[in-house]
Amino acid sequence: MAQETGQEFLRIENLVKSFNGNAVVKGANLSFNRGEFISLLGPSGCGKTTILRMVAGFERPTSGSILVEGKDITPLAPNQRKIGMVFQAYALFPNMNVEDNVAFGLKIAGMPAEQRRARVDEMLKLIGLTGFGKRFPFEMSGGQQQRVALARALAPKPRMLLLDEPLSALDAKIRVSLRQEIRSIQRDLAITTIFVTHDQEEALSISDRIVVLSAGNVEQFGTPFEIYNRPTTKFVATFVGTLNTLNAQVVDVASRSVAVDGHTFSLPALPEGATTNAALSLTMRPEVIALGKPNGQDVVLSGKVSEVNFLGSVIRLRVDLGANSLSLDTFNDTRTPPPALNEPITVSLSSRDILILPY
Amino acid sequence: MKQNKFWPWVVFIISALYFLLPLLATFLFSLSIRRGTYSFDAYANVFQTPAFQQTFTYSIVVGIAAIIVGLLIVVPAAYFVRLRAPHLRPIIEFVTLLPLIIPPIILVFGYIRLYSSSSILPLTTTDIGTNILLTLGYVALAMPYMYRAVDTGLRTIDVQTLTEAANILGANTATILLRIIFPNIIVAVLSGAFLTLAIVIGEFTMASLLNRPAFGVYMQNVGANRAFEPAALAVISFIITWAAMGMIQLLARFAPRTAART
Repeated sequence: MAQETGQEFLRIENLVKSFNGNAVVKGANLSFNRGEFISLLGPSGCGKTTILRMVAGFERPTSGSILVEGKDITPLAPNQRKIGMVFQAYALFPNMNVEDNVAFGLKIAGMPAEQRRARVDEMLKLIGLTGFGKRFPFEMSGGQQQRVALARALAPKPRMLLLDEPLSALDAKIRVSLRQEIRSIQRDLAITTIFVTHDQEEALSISDRIVVLSAGNVEQFGTPFEIYNRPTTKFVATFVGTLNTLNAQVVDVASRSVAVDGHTFSLPALPEGATTNAALSLTMRPEVIALGKPNGQDVVLSGKVSEVNFLGSVIRLRVDLGANSLSLDTFNDTRTPPPALNEPITVSLSSRDILILPY
Repeated sequence: MKQNKFWPWVVFIISALYFLLPLLATFLFSLSIRRGTYSFDAYANVFQTPAFQQTFTYSIVVGIAAIIVGLLIVVPAAYFVRLRAPHLRPIIEFVTLLPLIIPPIILVFGYIRLYSSSSILPLTTTDIGTNILLTLGYVALAMPYMYRAVDTGLRTIDVQTLTEAANILGANTATILLRIIFPNIIVAVLSGAFLTLAIVIGEFTMASLLNRPAFGVYMQNVGANRAFEPAALAVISFIITWAAMGMIQLLARFAPRTAART
């Protein structure tokens, strides 16, 4: 069953879920390709887990449908869907050792013992836990348990993998290494995967495409690059990454010039219907702002350093411009110490990096 | 410091005496079948009576049957209430408490009226039918203990996530109950089982009114006709109950441990 990646695999149509009249998912329309790694990203209560649970079959949609390879799977029970799932709480069977946990789905499917053993060995090798077969879940660390849970989900060769915040219960270091491991296993197997997370860094680093959700609505669906650099709504821009917001005033519509705390500059475009003296909010990422005035930066602002955070490889500065203030990131330079507090400072950016976001 | 420990010890000793003295007196009395000396003759008499062995075996068999039937009813019921209808829990808990409120004598008269020779299900007309009726009666009597034990066991595991994990791997409900839920609450189940056994071994009312050769009926019989043997029997049944409780404690050590986090 070597099928090409890239064609549509899972399609979600007008998916709605209400609990007691409360709409948790409000008409989601999404299409995922075969072999894609998709993240559902949003704050708690945004409906991401509910969508995942409807794909798994644990929740019945109020309306709408979920199609896998063109076939509607909504009437199927979870145990008929051939989907693998990993849970936040690991959910290994406490009464079984690692081998039996991984073999559980195979046994249910009626695979003969010989083949089963071979498949279990293969899976344990895949997750780097060869030799742990006889251990019980309580004898293992959280990271190891979650890897066993991944092996258990993948052993029966499911057609899709669902990950419900699988890294949330782990500590920071393991979280990063395990997410890389999950991604590389997913790439090797080319299995379509949906990953639910509230951690934007996790979603950005691991996904082919990200669905950003808020209050039951799909805010934006795109690659990490698009989501981060071209957010289409203010929610996406603020939820994913850090954002500076400056209050500006339109000086002249014809020359598209605006003023921020006495500094005047031109924008590539003004929003439609902008009039002279109208208030405008400009947003930008901290990393597009540079210290000083390198070539090609057409917006120059000056102010005073009000905060210095040394984060290691990066130094985050807060600059007071007057009524506005902004954060900027600059790389740590071993030869130049960071600016001092209250030091006057000039910063600059390219006007093309300024985002004017609707609502 | 000494002052602090004095009163608790007084209370402890008084209550210990309150429980132990009658037991000790019973034990000493059971040893005094021969004038002027202590002996285990009363125990020997008891163990040698064929009726003792027969009624004891009968009660054990009925007890085991009651445990099996009880588990078949209680485990799925408690599981589904936890999983799908948690709002029904107070109602179910109340229903399972009813056998404690309704005396067994009421229950057994109800059974006799319902299942006598003139009913559509005349269980009391045959021996096997009456045995079934007695077993079901014991299931009802043990229900409050059995349900609580099983429910406590279910509380120690993440029923919903384990069910979902097994379900998505292809398992149906019967498989989930048998292979995942049951093994993980086995200790709770066994403590429920031993409680049931302890109740059934000494039960008199139901067995007597259904005219079954149970151990409780035998004990009552001996008590009415002999002097020292009833005391010996009382001590024996105490030991059986204690053994059952001890087993529960012992089994708790072998509980499948829930996984450590992180």
